Amino acid sequence: MIIKIKNIKGVTLPHRKGTSEIPTETLPIPKLVEIPMQQHIGAPCKVLVGKGDYVYVGQVLGDTEKFVSAPIHSSISGTVVQIKDMILHSGVKCESIVIEPDGKQEVLPGITQPDISTKEKFLKAVRNSGLTGLGGAGFPAHVKLDTKERIPEALIVNAVECEPYITCDYRAIIEEGNEIVNGVKLILDKLSIPKAYIAVEDNKPAAFSLLKELAKDDCRIETVMLKTKYPQGAEKMLIYALTGKEVPMNGLPIDIGTVVMNVTSVLALYKYCKTGMPLVSKRITVEGNGVKNRGNYQVVIGTYIKDIFEYCNGDKEKTVKVLCGGPMMGTTAESYEMPVVKQSNAFLFMTPEDLDFMEESACIRCGRCVEACPMGLMPLTMNRYALAKMTEELEKYNIMNCIECGSCSYVCPAKRHLVQSFRVGKDLVRKAKVKNG
Amino acid sequence: MDKLIVSSSPHIKDKATTSRIMLDVIIALMPTAILSVYYFSYVSALIIVASVSSCVLFEYLFNLITKKKHSETDLSCVVTGLILAMNMPPLKSSIILSIIGAFIAIVVIKMLFGGIGQNIFNPAAAARIFLTTAFSSLMTVYVAPLTDGVTAATPLAIPKGELLPSYLDLFLGKTPGSLGETAAVTLIAGGIYLMIRKVITWEIPVIYIGTVALLSFAFGQDPLYSILAGGMMLGSIYMATDYTTSPVTRKGKIVYAAGLGLMTASIRKFGSNTEGVAFSLLFMNALVPLIDKFTVKKTFGRIKKK
Ligand code: SF4
Ligand code: SF4
Repeated sequence: MIIKIKNIKGVTLPHRKGTSEIPTETLPIPKLVEIPMQQHIGAPCKVLVGKGDYVYVGQVLGDTEKFVSAPIHSSISGTVVQIKDMILHSGVKCESIVIEPDGKQEVLPGITQPDISTKEKFLKAVRNSGLTGLGGAGFPAHVKLDTKERIPEALIVNAVECEPYITCDYRAIIEEGNEIVNGVKLILDKLSIPKAYIAVEDNKPAAFSLLKELAKDDCRIETVMLKTKYPQGAEKMLIYALTGKEVPMNGLPIDIGTVVMNVTSVLALYKYCKTGMPLVSKRITVEGNGVKNRGNYQVVIGTYIKDIFEYCNGDKEKTVKVLCGGPMMGTTAESYEMPVVKQSNAFLFMTPEDLDFMEESACIRCGRCVEACPMGLMPLTMNRYALAKMTEELEKYNIMNCIECGSCSYVCPAKRHLVQSFRVGKDLVRKAKVKNG
Repeated sequence: MDKLIVSSSPHIKDKATTSRIMLDVIIALMPTAILSVYYFSYVSALIIVASVSSCVLFEYLFNLITKKKHSETDLSCVVTGLILAMNMPPLKSSIILSIIGAFIAIVVIKMLFGGIGQNIFNPAAAARIFLTTAFSSLMTVYVAPLTDGVTAATPLAIPKGELLPSYLDLFLGKTPGSLGETAAVTLIAGGIYLMIRKVITWEIPVIYIGTVALLSFAFGQDPLYSILAGGMMLGSIYMATDYTTSPVTRKGKIVYAAGLGLMTASIRKFGSNTEGVAFSLLFMNALVPLIDKFTVKKTFGRIKKK
């Protein structure tokens, strides 16, 4: 595969990456953690422990037989105090396990380097690591990497981090760049992929030069600098920006010979292969005018937002919105009682000055949304049909191809709630499909 | 606050707003408006005031009576008023006529169709056509600039063989014509400002003007002359680029602008009407829904059918 750098459509955003030069700090183990049984796309995990059980760090708490799923591990050592139902901020209901730590952080006895001598064993290890796509959607990594007979022509490592505020991937590169590059080599070896491209945007020159330096003796790995543009970190956009090829509608990156992995996913996978310790903690960015101690923190999965908020000297009077993820695609937390999950990459404690509250007014047909849409859609038309609940028209205008990047809403001078209406519209199309078989 | 706001992404927005865009159009038209006052003195100022204030008032009253959300603050009615004024001949009668025109533009053409973003026809163009049809004797008389009301023929109506104004006069607007359609120099400057501010893109004005130049050359006319005279600049930069009544995609804009050029050049060549711009606008406005339908962008990853 040859690279052919292309400019994607989209928007230019303010960077606001004020935490990029602050070294990562480890958050103390909280008083209680809550670990949901659904932290990925696919089947939820069944609870494998009972109330009162003692659990170790790295012990499997939940798993299923299903292929599209990923096991969930304990992030602390301690006692299971409750198994309950919860609603994730995606609106999905699932079970969760509440654990009280004993403070010893005792590692599961017998945890050791997995056997990754063959491709099959490697993929098995990926599944056992519980790794999911850490860049966003949370698709189980072993499903993505298992490309069956087809060997990818290139592995694309996503270090783009195109959302404002978020700097955790950047910190991961600066602090653990060596492990990342070794991880890339490992994946290339195990899956016999001939080439890897690590993509970095030009607003992170330090990360670019470091990766380039670290990978310079492996001619399979190429570090590529891309012009900063949102949403270049979206999988399909990134592949296009690098290769000029479009992933077919309803298709997968492997259809055009590529596999995309986030840098932190590569890092987590590498660590698992070296130590056998699955993904139990995450580096997250804490930002926004609602907190004083902004920066990047290593936190155990299951930590409540309120514990992070308190540790970072948050002000509840000022904070009006808590974002899980970036300001363009992140979701809002309904309360401070939400736990950190595998895909968490940032918590932004927003005050009114961080946000843009504006009332919706009539569409003036300016065409800005059309120009901004990286997926070549007609947001203004889709908005009209979504509000009128015209399902057939929505399908005709390819609403299902929308990646909900928010570029259209961002540029709209009438401040129309475009993405919001597309979520409703997509639901209509999905329901109609189910109804018609 | 313990209660957090739950809302849909994105959580940040660009600074551009509808009223800021409209303000930019107003700023872009200011030099032309000021020049028209210099050329035609207080008559021009009165026409502008009458036209703008009645456009705002009609929109305000319409919203009041129909109990709709007040839309005047988006400033689009001010833009319509200004453009309408620029379309009026510099006569005292135009003060009254512009109020009638404002009623047609705002109430009949814009608000009854649903307001901004909904109307099919360009309000100012439609009002101009209405006034020219209903009050033809008052709308087709032109006054030479800096003469205190000496009437004259507009350059496009000068019969063959008679002395035509120089390019420089046309460029500076020192020719008889309506308030704002004469001075190419200020209109172009405003257009460049709008492009820098990203309010409009180059496609519509450049292709429209280019097509007219090309066709009039092919018809054996003076191309430079035909684009500098007769409302081409006002029409192509400020009226044809009206968001509501032009296509939304780039491809659509190109088709639309080429269509406008074809219409205008043909009307000027074969029709009796020397002012083809407003007619072409209305005609092409009507085709916009169709153009929009056939110029939908190709969505990402769409496999072309063989
Ligand atoms: S950006 Fe907003 S106002 Fe402009 S066309 Fe799109 S929806 Fe309409
Ligand atoms: S329509 Fe969808 S893909 Fe296109 S800009 Fe809007 S949110 Fe992004």
